[in-house]
Amino acid sequence: MALSSQMFPSEARVQPPSDAIVFENVELIFEHKPVLDGISFRLPHGETKAIFGAAGAGKSTILKLALGLLKADSGRIFVLGEDITEMTEDRLFELRSRVGIVFQESALFDSLNVRENVAFRLTEEGKIPEEQIDQRVREALSFVELENTIDMLPSELSGGMRRRVAIARAIITKPEVLLYDSPTGGLDPITSTNIIELLVKQRDVYKTSSLLVTHRLQDAFVMATHCFDRASGHMKRLPPGSKAEVPMSFLILRDGKVIFDGDAHELAHTRDEYIKKYLS
Amino acid sequence: MSAEDFLSRVELISPTEFAKQKVQAVQDYILLSAQALANLFRRPLYIADILQQADLIGVGSLSITVLAGTFTGAVLAMNSASTLQRFGSLSLIAQLVSVGMVRQLGPVITGLMVAGRNASGMASELGSMVVTEQIDAMRALGTDPVKKLVTPRIVSTTVMLFFLTILSDLFGLLGGSAVATLLLGLDFRQYWTDAWQILAFADVFTGLIQPVFYGFVIASVGCYYGMATSGGTQGVGRSTTQAVVASSVLILAVDAFLTRALTLLLGFR
Ligand SMILES: Nc1ncnc2c1ncn2[C@@H]1O[C@H](COP(=O)(O)OP(=O)(O)OP(=O)(O)O)[C@@H](O)[C@H]1O
Ligand SMILES: [Mg+2]
Repeated sequence: MALSSQMFPSEARVQPPSDAIVFENVELIFEHKPVLDGISFRLPHGETKAIFGAAGAGKSTILKLALGLLKADSGRIFVLGEDITEMTEDRLFELRSRVGIVFQESALFDSLNVRENVAFRLTEEGKIPEEQIDQRVREALSFVELENTIDMLPSELSGGMRRRVAIARAIITKPEVLLYDSPTGGLDPITSTNIIELLVKQRDVYKTSSLLVTHRLQDAFVMATHCFDRASGHMKRLPPGSKAEVPMSFLILRDGKVIFDGDAHELAHTRDEYIKKYLS
Repeated sequence: MSAEDFLSRVELISPTEFAKQKVQAVQDYILLSAQALANLFRRPLYIADILQQADLIGVGSLSITVLAGTFTGAVLAMNSASTLQRFGSLSLIAQLVSVGMVRQLGPVITGLMVAGRNASGMASELGSMVVTEQIDAMRALGTDPVKKLVTPRIVSTTVMLFFLTILSDLFGLLGGSAVATLLLGLDFRQYWTDAWQILAFADVFTGLIQPVFYGFVIASVGCYYGMATSGGTQGVGRSTTQAVVASSVLILAVDAFLTRALTLLLGFR
C-alpha cells in the first residue's frame, strides 16, 4: 500500500467502502406508463457519471429519486451508504444536507434575491452567523463568476446566469454528492464551457461524487479528457495516449432501461447500433 | 374537430375511480391541515414569514373589508327599514343592524371577501412554486414546505381575519348609522346607544369565534389546492379557481354547523 501510494501520490486517498449512490433494480410507473424499468447502477465516491437518454427517458426522474423527492415503485436506492427507499421525510432532510442538486429549470425561489437564494440552506440551518453567511455567499458566487448579481432578483437574470446561481446554491455547503440536471442545456458554447470547467473543478479539486444529466455528448467527453489544473485555475487537456485517468463514467438510458454503463474507452468501442448512432 | 374526435379526447373516468379520487383528496387535505397544525409546536417557527403574510393578508385586505362592511351595514339598514316601517317600529333599526352584523354578516362577508382575495392568492403562489419545481428545490435544500409556507399562512390568516371581522362589524354599524340618520332621520347618538346595548355576550362570542374557523378554512384550502397543483400554468389557473370555490362553500357550510352548535351551547336568548 505504501509503495503504491508513493507511485501514485494522487491516489493516496483511501477509498471509503461504500458507494455514493446505488440504484438496485429501480422501477417507477407514472400513470400506468413505466418510466424506469429496472434501473441499476453504482456511483463510486469521487466519480462523475454522465447520464444520457432521449427527451423523456427518465433522466430527471433518476435525480429526483436519488434525493427522495419521488418514491420508487420497487427496487432499492442507497445514498451515502443509507437506504433511502423507505426513509421518512424527516430523516431525508438530514441526508439531503449532504447532497446538492441543480434542477433542469434552475428552480430559484423567485420571491428571494440571489443572495437569499444562495444562502437559503445556511439561513435555514441557522448554525452560523449572518456575516459568515454573507462571506460564504460571495465565495460561492465568485466560484460561478456572478458576484455582481448578488442583489438582483431571479427574474432579472438570463437563463445561463440563473443556472449558475443554482449551481452556487447547490455547492455553498460543499456537499459530498452533487446532482446536475442539464446544467448546459440551451446555453451558448462559451457559457457551457465555463460551466463544464466548474464541474471539472468540483470533481478534481473537491472530489465530489456527482451525477450529470446532459443532452450534449461533447460536454461529457470534455470532462473525460480534461482535468483541473490548479496552477492556471483552468481545466487542461490530458495528454492523449497517457495512462492518466479521470474518474468519469457514462450511462445511457433507453426505454426505461440502462443500455450502457461504462467509461469513455468502453463507450468508444461499443457495438450497440443505437449507441453508435447516438455518438455520431 | 368533430364531436367524435372531441369525445375520444376527453378522458372518461368511471364513477368509482372518481369517488376514489375525491376521497383521496379529502384525505390529503386533512393530512396537510394536521401537519400544518402540528408544526405550530415544532421548531423553527417562521416568525418572519408569519409577519410577512400577516401584512399581506391583513393590511392588504383592509380596504375591501371596510368597503364590504360599510355597504353590507347600509343595505341591511335599508332592507330592515322597509319591514320595520310596516310594523311601525323603525326605532328598532339599530338593534337589528347591530345583531345582524356582529352575529352573522360581518364574519361571513369578511370571510368570503378574504377567501376570494387570499385563498386564490395562496393557491396560485404555491401552485406556481410547484410547477416551477421550487417546492421540490425547497425540500432538496432541507426545508419542509409545509412548515415554511403552509403553517405561517394558516396562523396569519386566522389571526388577521379575527381583527378584520371586528373592523367589518364596526364599519357595518357605521354604514347602518349613515342610512338611519341621513335617510331615515333617526338620532345618531340614539342609534349607537341602541346598537351597543343590544349586544349580549352570546352575540359577540358567536361573531368572533367564526373568523377563527374561517381563517383556517381559507388558508388550509388555498394551500392545499396550491400544493396539489399539477399540469403547468393551466393547472395553476385551475387550482386558483377551485380554491376560491371550495373555500367559499366550506365557509358557508362551517357557518351552518357552527350556528347550530353554538345555539345548542349558548342557548337562545
Ligand atoms: N409528474 C409527472 N407526472 C406524470 N408523468 C411524468 C411526471 N414527471 C415526469 N413524467 C414522465 O416521466 C418521463 C420521464 O421524465 P423526465 O423528466 O425524467 O425525462 P428526462 O429524461 O429528464 O427528459 P428531458 O431530457 O426532456 O429533461 C416522461 O415521459 C414524462 O412524461
Ligand atoms: Mg429532464
